[in-house]
Amino acid sequence: MKIHEYQGKQILKKFGVTVPRGIFCQTVDEAVKAAEDLGGKVWVVKAQIHAGGRGKGGGVKVATSLEKVREYAGQILGMQLVTHQTGPEGQKVRRLLIEEGADIKHEYYVAALTDRATQSVAMMASYEGGMDIEEVAHKTPEKIVKVFVNPLVGLTDEQALTLAKGMGMNEASIPQCVDTLKKLYTCYMETDASLAEINPLIHEGDGTVKALDAKFNFDSNALYRQPEIVAMRDLDEEDADEIEASKFDLAYISLDGNIGCLVNGAGLAMATMDTIKLFGAEPANFLDVGGGATTEKVTEAFKIMLKNTKVKGILVNIFGGIMKCDTIATGVVAAAKEVNLSVPLVVRMKGTNEDMGKQILKDSGLPIISADSMAEAATKIVAAVK
Amino acid sequence: MSILINKNTKIITQGITGKTGQFHTEKCQEYANGKECFVAGVNPKKAGESIFNIPIYASVKEAAAETGATVSVIYVPPAGAAAAIWEAVEADLDLAICITEGIPVRDMLMVRNKMKEKEAKGGKKTLLLGPNCPGLITPDEVKIGIMPGHIHRKGRIGVVSRSGTLTYEAVGQLTEIGLGQSSAVGIGGDPINGLKHIDVMKMFNDDPDTDAVIMIGEIGGPDEAEAAQWCKANMKKPIVGFIAGVTAPAGKRMGHAGALISGGADTADAKLAIMEECGFKVTRNPSEMAKLLKAML
Repeated sequence: MKIHEYQGKQILKKFGVTVPRGIFCQTVDEAVKAAEDLGGKVWVVKAQIHAGGRGKGGGVKVATSLEKVREYAGQILGMQLVTHQTGPEGQKVRRLLIEEGADIKHEYYVAALTDRATQSVAMMASYEGGMDIEEVAHKTPEKIVKVFVNPLVGLTDEQALTLAKGMGMNEASIPQCVDTLKKLYTCYMETDASLAEINPLIHEGDGTVKALDAKFNFDSNALYRQPEIVAMRDLDEEDADEIEASKFDLAYISLDGNIGCLVNGAGLAMATMDTIKLFGAEPANFLDVGGGATTEKVTEAFKIMLKNTKVKGILVNIFGGIMKCDTIATGVVAAAKEVNLSVPLVVRMKGTNEDMGKQILKDSGLPIISADSMAEAATKIVAAVK
Repeated sequence: MSILINKNTKIITQGITGKTGQFHTEKCQEYANGKECFVAGVNPKKAGESIFNIPIYASVKEAAAETGATVSVIYVPPAGAAAAIWEAVEADLDLAICITEGIPVRDMLMVRNKMKEKEAKGGKKTLLLGPNCPGLITPDEVKIGIMPGHIHRKGRIGVVSRSGTLTYEAVGQLTEIGLGQSSAVGIGGDPINGLKHIDVMKMFNDDPDTDAVIMIGEIGGPDEAEAAQWCKANMKKPIVGFIAGVTAPAGKRMGHAGALISGGADTADAKLAIMEECGFKVTRNPSEMAKLLKAML
C-alpha cells in the first residue's frame, strides 16, 4: 500500500526525523491560508499523487508571494499530472502540500528496503540525491553506498556512520545524519514498510539535516496491525476495478490487451497470460480467483473483466485440485448466464472430475469452447477474437 | 529414494484443529502411507485430546519427544505463523513446512535471522519450506501439504516451483505422458522464505532416484538466476526451465508478494536468458514442459 508525501512526512516526524513545516490542502483558498499561516517569503506548492516524478511533470512549484501561491495552487489542483510513473493518461491532482521553503545546500538520497537475497534490511545512501536513483544505480553504481542491517540487531552506529560518510554528508551535519538514519530504520521496521525513501535528504546553510520528500510502501500482509497506516489509504489513487475485485478476494490487475483471463493460482495465471501472448494476442488482465472459486466469485470475476470494453474474449484456466472441475463448471455456466456473456469463452479445466466438468459445459447449451491444454486454449481464444 | 521426505517420515501438524489444518490433514492421511506418517498435532488448549486418531500435544517439543517426529507442517493463521515456525526450530526438527499465506514480511525477516543465529551458534539447523507454499510430495509414499494427491505418479522426475498450481500443471503433464515424479516441491511465493530453488536443485542432483528436473520460476528476485549459475557448474542431470510472467508489467505485484519486478535483472526474459546460458532447456510455452523433458531423457 502506498501513501502521499504529506502523510509520509507525518510518519517521519512522529519518529523524530526533521521535515519542513507544511500544511495539507484541498482547495486554492486553503493553500493561500496555509502559506499565510506558515509565514516566511518562500513556499513550495506540491501536488500530492502517489506516483513519483512530480517535479518534472509540473506538479511542484516554488512561490515567492501569496499571489504566486494562489496562481500555482490553481494550476496544479485538478490538473492531470503526467509523470514517468503515471502512464500517458496521468493522474488527477486532488490534494496539495504547502511547505515553507528550505535553504538547500546539497541534496542526498537515503532509503530502506527489504533485501530478499540477504534476508536483511538494506539501507542505501548517495551523494546524488534529487534525481532518479535507478539512473544513478545504472550509470554510477559506485556513488551508492549500502549496508545490510540484521533485524535482530538493528542499524548500528558504525553502519550509520558508514552511510553518512559514504554519502559525502556535510561534515558538521554528520551527527544529525546518523541520528536521522537510525530513526528512518526504526520507522521502517515499526510501520511494516517495504520501502521508505527520502529523496532528497538535504543539509541547510545552518547544517540542519531535513527530509524534503518521503515515499513509503507498506507490506499488505501486515496492514491488519497498522491501523494508522490503513487510515492513510487514498482510494482515489488506486484502480477502481482492482479495489472492487479485492472485496471478493480476487487478485485483479488490468492490462492493455483484449483477452480476459480467469485462473486459479498466481503462477498459473501469469503462465496463462504468457501463453496468450505466445499465440499472438495480449491479455486484458491478471486475475487469480484463488483456492475456492465459488459461483459467486466466478460471477464477480466475469463482471469485473467485462467492465473493460477492450475485452473481446475470455479464457478460463483452472487446475482443479482440491477444488473439483464439476463445481467450477457449474460456476462458470451460472456466471455466463447471469452476465449474458456475449464474447467468446474458452474453458480449459484439468484435474479432479475433469470429464464431469466438461459434460456440464457441453450440456449448458452455451457456446463455450473447451480445450485440453493451455496452448490449445490460447490458440482457440486467439482464433475466436480475430 | 526421494528428497526430504519418504514413507517413514513422522510428521507433526501445527494448526491441526483449525479449519484448513483439519481439511488437509484428512486428505494427507488418506494418501499412501499418510496414516502412519501423521503422528501428532499441536494445540496447547487441546493437549490430551485427539483428532482423526492423531494425538494432540501442548507443544512441538513435547510432540517430537513423544512420537519421534522430525518434520512439521504449519497451517497456523498469519499472525501466529512465524512464532509457529520458531517453535518447530526450537524443537530441533529437521524440516518445517509452512503452508500459511499472508505472513507479514517483518515476521519472516525476524524468524529467518533467528534461525541463522541459532545455526551460527552451533545449534541444530532446521530446514524451512515456504511460507505460502503448497508443501511437498513423494508420490506413493507421503504427501505433506495441500496439493491434489491423485495427479501424481511415482517415478524419477523432480519438480520444483514457487507457484502451487503451476507445480500441479507440470506434474499433470508429466503423469499424462507416462513420467512419474521422485518428489515435487513447492517453495512458495513469498519474498523472504526458507529453501530456495538452488537448495532443492542440490538435493535433486544428489538423489540417485531423480533423473531429470523441471524447475519453474517467476518474475521478481534473484533466486532462479542463482540456482542456474550453480547448476551450470554442478548439475549432472537435464533440466527444463520455465519462468512465468513474461507479460507482467514492472512495479505491479502479480498475486504473490514475491512476484514483483523491481530492477532489470528479475524480469522473466532476463531469467530465461540466464537459465538458457547455464544449460537449461528453457521454454516460453508452459504447455510443453513435460514433452521437452521427455525428449531429453
